[in-house]
Amino acid sequence: MNWASWSDFLAMGGYALYVWGSYGVAAGLIGVEIILLKSRRRAVLDRIRGGGTGDRP
Amino acid sequence: MSQPTLVVGNVNWFRYASPQAFYPLAGTLVPWFAWAAAVCCIAGLYAGFFVAPTDHQQGDSYRIIFIHVPAAWMSMFIYLVMAFWAGLGLVFNTRLSHIMASALAPTGALFTFIALWTGSLWGKPTWGTWWVWDARLTSELILLFLYFGFMALQSAIDEARRADRAGAVLALVGVVNIPIIYFSVKWWNTLHQGASVSLSSAPTMAATMLAGMLLMALAAWFYSIAAGLHRARSIILERERNADWTVQLARKGRP
Repeated sequence: MNWASWSDFLAMGGYALYVWGSYGVAAGLIGVEIILLKSRRRAVLDRIRGGGTGDRP
Repeated sequence: MSQPTLVVGNVNWFRYASPQAFYPLAGTLVPWFAWAAAVCCIAGLYAGFFVAPTDHQQGDSYRIIFIHVPAAWMSMFIYLVMAFWAGLGLVFNTRLSHIMASALAPTGALFTFIALWTGSLWGKPTWGTWWVWDARLTSELILLFLYFGFMALQSAIDEARRADRAGAVLALVGVVNIPIIYFSVKWWNTLHQGASVSLSSAPTMAATMLAGMLLMALAAWFYSIAAGLHRARSIILERERNADWTVQLARKGRP
């Protein structure tokens, strides 16, 4: 085990800003992509269901 | 003209070149790849933070490697796959090929940005600078612009077929950048270090570090496949929104 305590883990040997800045932004952006993927699917299904496009006879 | 067939195990796999047939297949695959990505990610983070030791030179800043290298690999590999589908679409005029190319671009851009961002945060403590205009960093930045250019070009053209072909040409021209990124650390004197892991020689890093990195690379692969297939399904629905099968499918609920 590398870490004596939680605060030791969070401190990352003095590199907390760089390490957590990397992982935090990466996780955040992947989370955003997952939300966008789901909302794109919901939007197109709603559009088809609503038939609001007007170009269907 | 007869339909092409590729029969393996009583299934004609070319059937899945049709968006309507591919849609449910992709839907079955997405959760498997998503869960595989989650499991590999948790295992990789555990190995990276709790098993792999602190580096005697770089301290704990080196732990950025577990996100940086998989993201950088993925950024290049997704581009190659995207260009492959784009080329296939140009040659055979298959709609699904272009759909796959379009579905991969945003995820490729995401990993390119993550590679640049984490590289910058790693460069500061190890090189003393957030950014330098060296060959590796500059060519990776060009890769990000290629992804953006592909997406912008496609969305600027209303007619799907023309947008597909224009995007495909751009994607294929941009392929030349991939070997430049990969070999930049050999061809030029760069601040960026050479490859620690390559196909031609033994890795120059501790086994536990390598295990964490490879697990995270697997997670990135599985995630990209899941995201690509999921987005491809949405694009299929968008393009076929007036077809009977999509209308029936949407009315049924959310299969």
